[in-house]
This record gives sequence, structure tokens and C-alpha cells, in this order.
Amino acid sequence: MLTKFGRWVTLASRGFSTTTSFQKGASEEGLKSLNLCSAINQALHIALDSDPRSYVFGEDVSFGGVFRCTNGLAEQFGKKRVFNTPLCEQGIVGFGIGLAAMGNRAIAEIQFADYIFPAFDQIVNEAAKFRYRSGNQFNCGGLTIRTPYGAVGHGGHYHSQSPEAFFCHVPGIKVVIPRSPRQAKGLLLSCIRDPNPIVFFEPKWLYRLAVEEVPEGDYMLPLSEAEIIRQGSDITLVGWGAQLSTMEQACLDAEKEGISCELIDLKTLIPWDKETVEASVKKTGRLLVSHEAPITGGFGAEISASIVERCFSRLEAPVARICGLDTPFPLVFEPFYMPTRNKIVDAIKSTVNY
Amino acid sequence: MASFLLGRSRILTHHKTLSVLAASSSSSYSSLFPPFSFSRHESTKAQAQLEFEHEDDRNQVIDFPGGKVGFTSEMKFISESVQKRIPCYRVLDDNGELVKYSSYVQVSKEMAVKMYSNMVTLQTMDNVLYEVQRQGRISFYLTSTGEEVVNIASAAALSPDDIILPQYREPGVLLWRGFPLQQFVHQCFGNTHDFGKGRQMPIHYGSNKLNYFTVSSPIATQLPQAVGAAYSLKMDGKSACAVTYCGDGSTSEGDFHAAMNFAAVMDAPVVFICRNNGWAISTPVEEQFRSDGIVVKGKAYGIWGIRVDGNDALAVYSAVHTAREIATREKRPVLIEALTYRVGHHSTSDDSTKYRPIDEIEYWKMERNSVNRFKRWVEGNGWWSDKDESELRSSVRKQLVEAIQVAEKAQKPPLEDLFNDVYDQIPSNLHEQETLLRKTIEKHPKDYPSDVPL
Ligand SMILES: Cc1ncc(C[n+]2csc(CCOP(=O)(O)OP(=O)(O)O)c2C)c(N)n1
Ligand SMILES: [Mg+2]
Repeated sequence: MLTKFGRWVTLASRGFSTTTSFQKGASEEGLKSLNLCSAINQALHIALDSDPRSYVFGEDVSFGGVFRCTNGLAEQFGKKRVFNTPLCEQGIVGFGIGLAAMGNRAIAEIQFADYIFPAFDQIVNEAAKFRYRSGNQFNCGGLTIRTPYGAVGHGGHYHSQSPEAFFCHVPGIKVVIPRSPRQAKGLLLSCIRDPNPIVFFEPKWLYRLAVEEVPEGDYMLPLSEAEIIRQGSDITLVGWGAQLSTMEQACLDAEKEGISCELIDLKTLIPWDKETVEASVKKTGRLLVSHEAPITGGFGAEISASIVERCFSRLEAPVARICGLDTPFPLVFEPFYMPTRNKIVDAIKSTVNY
Repeated sequence: MASFLLGRSRILTHHKTLSVLAASSSSSYSSLFPPFSFSRHESTKAQAQLEFEHEDDRNQVIDFPGGKVGFTSEMKFISESVQKRIPCYRVLDDNGELVKYSSYVQVSKEMAVKMYSNMVTLQTMDNVLYEVQRQGRISFYLTSTGEEVVNIASAAALSPDDIILPQYREPGVLLWRGFPLQQFVHQCFGNTHDFGKGRQMPIHYGSNKLNYFTVSSPIATQLPQAVGAAYSLKMDGKSACAVTYCGDGSTSEGDFHAAMNFAAVMDAPVVFICRNNGWAISTPVEEQFRSDGIVVKGKAYGIWGIRVDGNDALAVYSAVHTAREIATREKRPVLIEALTYRVGHHSTSDDSTKYRPIDEIEYWKMERNSVNRFKRWVEGNGWWSDKDESELRSSVRKQLVEAIQVAEKAQKPPLEDLFNDVYDQIPSNLHEQETLLRKTIEKHPKDYPSDVPL
């Protein structure tokens, strides 16, 4: 599992100690081995505990949610702050916008990212433009939409999609995707407390698979800051979420063949940290982007275009994109559809040998 | 009185006649639907009373777009629902005996036996495939346990030309229409014989030949589509309707409301069958809506509706049979709310004992068991014996075991099916991606399942 993490933003009021204390040899009581699902649960717990004007709601969240991420919250914080909603995504987000606009932290769950589309209008035309259209008289910055995304090996069309790019085309919202339990907790708390509406995609394949030492207290990780999780000199790889662990394996394979890869976790897709990627590509002269979503119109295209604009003269090879295919997400053909480790390794090699 | 209902079955009337919830005003109601004159009488009486109460305002109307509205000087808010809940139409009591004075559409011996056999087949298929999933041989499964009757009896009441737009818990409709067990099993195994070409999760069946649109996971999307399909049937002058199913949870989605309103405004021959089974995954109906269930929502949209005991095969059959006649002949939508219960877990990904009492499940499984109730009636008529039962169960089980062996051995769909059908023809970007993928497979054959022919 990935263990690197970036700068810690601590909440003075919660009294969490220093960043170095988790980096190594943190005191036993401060760290706990958690999977991603439990890390999310802890973040929600802290959010509800630290702000009485915070709410958690969505389909089936009351009994703990279909992925168990909201387990125990209703019992602890009561059914008025943690509750089931009717089965209606546009309702969930619209309700969340109104709640947030009244100065609350509305933490909405959409059961699967595949089912976020009924709420698309509320997100794109409402949440994203709430502040701008009112001349900043109103905002719904307290809204955070959590939703599990991505492949799980057997999800077929409607339990596998990665729809982040649709939302990256919308000025006014932020899009954040964590790669690991520790990241998930710190980023989710930042999202909940950020004064802008945010769509937070959770890599559901990692809910139980990814286990990491996670600080028990309240901490936040900065948004719009990418993180170099692996230093290298020959090629820059950019990704987010679950795809990073596949990319890291590819980096290890490439290393065996003498290729040094720099791996960047973008974390926040909009507004994204161009500078970190740019600096890295200026150093390595090569870029590969990888995501599960279909390649055409994926967020990889935006990264590629921006980096070509900024680093054209430094690039030694075309930007490579290893992504999902331009088909609906297929059940039986999932292994063929996916941007696999070997697809990435091959692309690393051909880019370096261009 | 029921002349128009005499298509395929005979109406049996013990005492009372069929009553219909009139959604429109009494005058348009009676002119559109003259055979039910008794209802006209009731409505007229109600209207007279209304006029009496507000004598002051008689002849005082606002001529508003959409029709005249009378005035009242009384400031009165309409309450959320009437104190008495809309009653539930039933024909058979819990012991499978005909309820006195019930009105229903008669079911012949042949039909009854076929219905019961299909219920048993559906049950057996659910039991076997659920087990197969538990053994890890298929990735997912979802049973119709508890809702066999609403599946089969509704299907039996329809004509094969009626177009079905299902949710996902209505495989019995497809079974009734002749979808072979082998084909269900192929779909669950996602092999090369699956009509869906292995692309969707198990239970996402579909059959063009049998007028059964392919199941889609997103909730309630089928409902407005059914209205469009129904409109087409009407424009083509077909004597058929669209029939679409949904759950109680689905009625919260915007698509449900869009569908109701479109259906009313477009005068679409569509029958909405809502299986109110008490639960949407872990969400009980009390947290889903505060209306008197679903049937009353139809009224607000100007749609006729009926609440029926979804565990009573004769009631479901009669209501659906009549609804399709109304939809098809009168070119208007009908909403049926079938009260039933999801006896099984939501799916193989769910453990419902985490959120609902076991007693409640047991009660519906045992005391209100819909299949047993119908069985008692069929047996009572001397149409079914224990011998028939055991023969049927073992033969279905045997067929399924064989079907599973065949399906498991069959190859997966060929790789080209990954790229086909995204569009009618494969565009250049996909040609390019296929070429690239094939090169990758050649280089790294171990990364790919060996049972997918290349
Ligand atoms: C748009 C959408 N949101 C959420 C889901 C997840 N989901 C699948 S089934 C279901 C509950 C549906 O309940 P109901 O309509 O009552 O049907 P039942 O399962 O009881 O037959 C939910 C929330 C979905 N499939 N689609
Ligand atoms: Mg339900």
C-alpha cells in the first residue's frame, strides 16, 4: 500500500500534535491501522462531533450505508443529524444545497457515482453557480457530496463508473479523490470544512483493501495540492484514487528495467495543482496520465493539453494516456477495459524510448 | 355492465361491482367510462353534497385556464390524506378461500395451473441461483422471494403484445412469456449465449422477441420510457399497452413523477405496477414517503389507480387484466399499487437482518406467503396435487442443474463484443483501441481471462 503523505494541516482547536509525529515513530495511541471505509467513518464522526451544524444523509446511510461508511453515526449523533433520505439523488443534492445555504455543513452521500446523474442539474446549475450568480450574497460552500466510484471487478455498467471528468468541466465546484485511508480522512475533513461545494469520489475498491496507519485525531490535508508520492527522473506519471496503486506497481516494474518514474497524486482534480505537475515534467521531460474513465474527454486530456502548453519545449515525447476504453464499463470484459499495470509499463517504456 | 371486459376472461360478480377510483371530474369520468354507471351515481351524490355545503358560492366560479373552479368562502386546507387509508382489493383470504362478494376476473384451470407452476419455477430458480452465487460461481444475484405472485399473476393478465419495461425484481414476467431457464442462467453467467453479451451484471435480462426491455440498474428510468413506448403503441393503432414495474423506493425518483405526469397529459396507454414491498434496501416506506402509499399519487396526476393485495394472485390478475383493458381501450394510464413484501435480502450484497426484525420477515414468509395462498385455492379446486408439486419441483431443479452445467462450460462472449454495439457501427477511435488492445493481449496474455475468445 501507498504510505506517502503530504503536509498536514492541523486543527488547532482539536489539538492534534505535529506533522512529524505521524511520519515516523508516532506515539502508539495517535495512529491506528484502518481501512479506507473506517477512515471515512472517522472523518464523518469528527465532522459531526466538531460542528453541531453538520449533517450526514443519503440513501440507506442510517443503518450504516451499503458500504458501511456511515456505521454507528446515527446511533451516536441521532436521527435528526444522520438520516436516510428518500431514494432521489436530485432531492439529496438539492436538499443539501439548501441546508448548506443556511450555514450548515451538508454531507450528502450518493450511493454509487453511477447514480449521481439524476443530481447533475442540481450540481452543475445550482451548487456550482450559487455563489457567482448571487454576487456572493449566497453560497452553498458547506455542501460535500461523497460518492463511491470506480471498478470493483464485477460491477458492470452501473457499479463501476468513474464520472469525475463530467464534474471537472464545471467551474464552481471542486473535485477531490483520495488514494488511501490516511488521505481519505484528511481530505474529506478538508472538503467538509472548505467553503466551496465539493464532489468527493471514494475509491470503493479500496474501502476494505487499503489499510494504513491513520492518525486518530482531527487533521486536514490541503486541497489543490498535488503530492509527489514517488521521486523519479525519467518520466512523470499523474493519477488519482485507486489507479495510483496500479501506477505504483508499474513504476516498480519500470525501475527494474532502469527507468526512474516520478509518481504524482493529483488529489484535487479541480482546481488542480498544475505547478507541481509542470515542475515535475520540466525535470523529467515526459508525462503519462492514467485513469479508469474512458480516454476520450477524460480529465487526462485536460492535464495533457495544459502540460503541452506549459512544457512544449521541454517534452521529449508525446504525452501518454493510459485510460479506460471508449465503451460503457463492461462486466465480462472488465480486465480488457482497464488501464492495467502492463499497459502502463509498456507506455512508460515507449515514451522513454521515443 | 362489464361488456368491454369480456375479451379473454369472464368477470365474476358476487355482489358488488368493480369500483374504480375516479381521477377526473364526474362528468368526463362517466362519459369516458360509461359501463360503470354505479360509480357515476356515487360521484353525482358526492357532487350534490358539495353544492349543498357551499350554497353561497353557487354559480360563482373562476374561469381559470384548465377549467372552471368553484369558489368557497371557507378557508380549509386539504389534509395530507384521508383518515381512512385507501383499502386494498383482494379476492382470496389468507387461507386461499374466495372472499365473499368479491369481484374478479375468472381464471381457468389451465391458466391457474400454469400460473402456479410458474410461481414454483421462479421460486426454484431463485433458490438455486442464490446458492450458485453463494458458491462464488456467479458474481451477483437478486431474488423475487415474496413477490412471486405479483410477478406471475400480473404477467398472466397481460397480452404478449404488451411491452414490458421492468425494474429488476420481475423476472417472473419474462419467465411467463417463455424465456427459457437456460437463458436466465446464461445471462447470470455472462457467457456467449447471453443476449446481453456478458456486458451487464447478473439478473439484467432482456428479450426483444418477448417484448421485455433489458433491465437497467438505475432506479425509475424505465418509467418515463414506458410512457414513450405507450404513446407509440397508441399512434400505431395497436391494441396493446406498455406495462412498467417499479418499487416503492422508485416512486421517490423524479423519473416516477415525470412518468405519471407525461402519461396523464399524453393519454398514454401505460400500466404502472408499483410493487410496494415495504423496503428499498434498508429504507422502510415510512422514510420513503408520508402519503397513503403510492396509489394516491396517481390521483394527484389525474391517473386512475387501484391498491391491490400483491400477495393475492386472483386480485393481482383481475386488477392488471382490467387495467390493461382500460389502458388499451380508453387510451389512458392506470397505476396499480401492489402491497407485498420483499421476503429475501435486497440482493446477495445485502443482509437485511441488520435493519429489520426477523419476526417481520418470518410473518411475511409464513403467514402471508403468497404462493401458498394461491396453492390452497388451486388445490381447493382439485386442480393440483402433492404429486404434481413434487414432480414439478424436482423437474425444475433438474433442468436448472443441467442449465448451470451448460452455462458454466460455455465460453465467454468473444472480445469483439467489447467494441460492438457502442454504436450501430464501430467508430474509428474504437477500431484503433481494439488494435492496440490486441497487441497488448499478445504481449501479456496472462493478464487476460483465458475463457474470452480473442
Ligand atoms: C438512481 C439510483 N439510485 C440508487 C440506486 C441503488 N439502489 C438499487 S436498488 C435500490 C432500492 C430500490 O427499492 P425499490 O424501488 O423499493 O425496489 P425493491 O428493491 O424493493 O424491489 C437502490 C437505492 C440505483 N440503482 N439507482
Ligand atoms: Mg421496495
